[in-house]
Amino acid sequence: MGKMYEVSNKYNNYKEYEREFTEVGRSIPRLDGPAKVTGKVQYTDDLVLPRMAYGKILRSPHAHANIKSIDYNEALKLDGVLAVITGEDCPIPYGIVPHNANEHALAVGKVRNWGEGVAAVAALDEATAEKALELIKVEYEVLEAIVDPRESVKRDDLRIHENHPNNIAYEGTQVYGDPEKALAESDYIIEKEFYSSYVNHGFIETQSAISDFDPNTGKLHMYATCQVPHYTHQQLAKVLEMPMNKIRITVPLIGGGFGGKGVASQADFCSALLSRKIGKPVKITYERSEVFATNNGRHPCYMKFKMGFDKDGKITAVDFNNLMDGGAYSGWGIVVLFYTASMVHIPYMVPNVKFDGKRVFTNKPTCGAHRGLGGVQPRFAMEQMLDEAAEHFGMSPYAIRKLNAVESGYTAKSMMYVPHSEYKKCLDEAVEKSGFLEKQGKLPYGKGIGISGGYYISGTSYTLYLSYKPHTVATIKIDEENGVTLFCGATDIGQGVDTVMAQMAAETLGVKTEDVKVIPRDTEISTFDLGTFASRLTFATGWAIRQAAEKINAELFPVAASILKCRGDEIAVKDGYFYSIYEREGKKGRNREVLWTDVVTMYIESNGPLTCSGQFTPPRRKGIQQGGNIGHSPTFGFSAQVAEVDIDLETGKVNVVKITEAGDCGQPINPMSVEGQVHGSIQMGLGQALYEEMQIAPDGRFLNPSLHDYKMPTIRDMPKIDANIVEAYDPSAPYGGKESGEGPIQPTAPAIFNAVYDAIGVRFTEMPLTPEKVLNAIKAQKAK
Amino acid sequence: MKKQIIKLDINNQIYEVMVSPTDLLVDVIRKQIGLTGTKKGCGQGDCGACTVLIDGKAQLSCLMLAIASEGKKITTIEGIANQETGELHPLQQSFLDHGAVQCGFCSPGMILSSKALIDENPQPTEEEIKHALEGNLCRCTGYVLILEAVESYVEALSKGEV
Repeated sequence: MGKMYEVSNKYNNYKEYEREFTEVGRSIPRLDGPAKVTGKVQYTDDLVLPRMAYGKILRSPHAHANIKSIDYNEALKLDGVLAVITGEDCPIPYGIVPHNANEHALAVGKVRNWGEGVAAVAALDEATAEKALELIKVEYEVLEAIVDPRESVKRDDLRIHENHPNNIAYEGTQVYGDPEKALAESDYIIEKEFYSSYVNHGFIETQSAISDFDPNTGKLHMYATCQVPHYTHQQLAKVLEMPMNKIRITVPLIGGGFGGKGVASQADFCSALLSRKIGKPVKITYERSEVFATNNGRHPCYMKFKMGFDKDGKITAVDFNNLMDGGAYSGWGIVVLFYTASMVHIPYMVPNVKFDGKRVFTNKPTCGAHRGLGGVQPRFAMEQMLDEAAEHFGMSPYAIRKLNAVESGYTAKSMMYVPHSEYKKCLDEAVEKSGFLEKQGKLPYGKGIGISGGYYISGTSYTLYLSYKPHTVATIKIDEENGVTLFCGATDIGQGVDTVMAQMAAETLGVKTEDVKVIPRDTEISTFDLGTFASRLTFATGWAIRQAAEKINAELFPVAASILKCRGDEIAVKDGYFYSIYEREGKKGRNREVLWTDVVTMYIESNGPLTCSGQFTPPRRKGIQQGGNIGHSPTFGFSAQVAEVDIDLETGKVNVVKITEAGDCGQPINPMSVEGQVHGSIQMGLGQALYEEMQIAPDGRFLNPSLHDYKMPTIRDMPKIDANIVEAYDPSAPYGGKESGEGPIQPTAPAIFNAVYDAIGVRFTEMPLTPEKVLNAIKAQKAK
Repeated sequence: MKKQIIKLDINNQIYEVMVSPTDLLVDVIRKQIGLTGTKKGCGQGDCGACTVLIDGKAQLSCLMLAIASEGKKITTIEGIANQETGELHPLQQSFLDHGAVQCGFCSPGMILSSKALIDENPQPTEEEIKHALEGNLCRCTGYVLILEAVESYVEALSKGEV
């Protein structure tokens, strides 16, 4: 096994960032990598439990309809059918934000989007379950569907949820400073409207859940594709009316999440309800169409912006009106709404801000949390307006960004505090590496280059329900039999946090990463963690792990010191040895050292077992008002990207040739993983910019719920990527490192749109930028 | 529909399985034989996660009937590492070394599509690699590191290093 870590490739270039670290900063391939490339690794749908039955969900063909009756007698008569459930079996609503809970495992009385679940079947095998679905008779009273939030907000006569007048899920206003006055006094104002599209995460593994209810103990054990096991745990307890300590959630490996698995799925609830009904394990795995039907992807936004500048090009004010299409239910909606508000405040200094936002219900699959949530939409607009302002002032798009960029120690008007930022370095490096200044405005017609910046939070400061408990707990167990075992509920959804956690633990303990065992997430075994969202894990688990490891060291150092015959504060630990920092063997000998394992043995023989926990609770800020607590984060990651495009003038197709990225993720814990996050972000941003959109007919039918018709980028669509990590170290972060998984998606779409402007002189304001739109614009240009 | 017993040759083992004429190869491989390394991401031939090698060619096992696969040599992701020593196939190793694996769900299909290409054409151009992999969707890596991993293996192959 030793061989796999001796990686000889370009990642050796990152050595300069290693500082004093030995484990942090190593480009270690995923610890579970060999199991992944040999097919040994187990995802939820790979698991089979003894006596297991299979479940299927019947979904509505209508987008908006009252359910008059459901008759499943014929289905129950079919050989092999074990149980059928409907909305009557799950009357209690759930939701990731508990006080907005309005979702049901199966529709209760009414369906509000195409593909909403109305009944579920458990049978001895999948084919029988599918056959049974055909025998369920549902009588619908079809209602008019509304799919455009601009219409929906005017239709109080057609309420999707009876208790929401004008179909407004939430609305909010924030005013910081005096934006009205600042705009009136501005030398230049841009007023513009933008639309960001309706996209899905597109993870390759569909949701799956296996529930195993034991009628003798009253305990439920669920295996699920879930990136927020804690919140799912809570909601299961609520819907099933069971105490949390009777429910255990094990999360096998996850095949991509991107926020889409950041809510409890109907597979979770239905499998649990069915299992409880029949006393056998039940597995439900989604078809791809069900992934689209339950969506939870990015909110489309209709955005009206006013942006003011003074005579030097400094931003004076931003007035942002956001109409968000929420789809049928609440989900993460309120959080996303206020994230779009907070994203205006950074990475540029904006002294006056007004935000008016509404999240509106429509008869479409619900929108929710999606990589870089709340940031992608306003960033798409603001980064294009910055380019427009630069042109007005005769400045370079690079210069206007540098002029307005935030620096370490900045406090935004919303009280968001930025402890560390190398955003200016990101801009410098992206511009220098891409040759932006030499190329911009100078390329032949059809070819263009564009720049954009972005940032993202490194965790949240608040929980989704009122609580003061730590957000993350890590426990490290040291013994002679297993070595180092790390327990933490943080969920690896493919981003590689298991490996990064092992690296951080190894760093402080002074052992090799390969010697740290990370116990996968399981609500009964792992210690508490809120979940995988908001790019919180490296920072939050880092602090918890470091604290636990330092407590371990505090126990082991005195033992090592007595062996080495020196003072405890003269001891250091690295590479599996405790050593004295002063005392040497002989005059020129090595530092006096003792094997880490020998110290552990001696400690355990005299003191017994050694287990320590650490925890992390994010700092709270004073003076936060107007819902502005959403968006606060312990620290922030930054990114700048330069996109180069070559437009096919015959077809209108935008070919992205190259993207140059420079990111400030602080100290990269694992540079190889950082690069992976950056590449993946660029791919997803490019997909939204150019290709992807879920298409809903006026009557609410979903027109493209497959990976054939929903167009995600393939290997052929990818540009060359030059991903750079700027030299940075965040002193507020446990190992100097911060987020890298959601910041880099922020600049991609606007950089491409800015490049298209540079190429053909047309400013587009709606995603996706299809060949048709480009071709029409080129034709219109020629007609002039 | 009446079930029948068929013999499938998978990774040089003969498996006798009882299938109905409509059973898809992917389901038989995953559920009956238990080789879960073959993934199912869409069941409609769009994502490529279920790619297996049939007589050396990359094929989508979610679009093939199990009964139509009888008498053919089927290779799944479990069958390409050294069966005796467990040592990874150099292509698998290259995927790891280049960070071409994140969540891992597309990796088996990606690796098998790459292998089918290179077995037939040991010196493919970048364009040929893209052509071979354009039916395999990945949402984590952005493909660029996958391309690097494959190119690096091709180079090592040409130098006789692997």
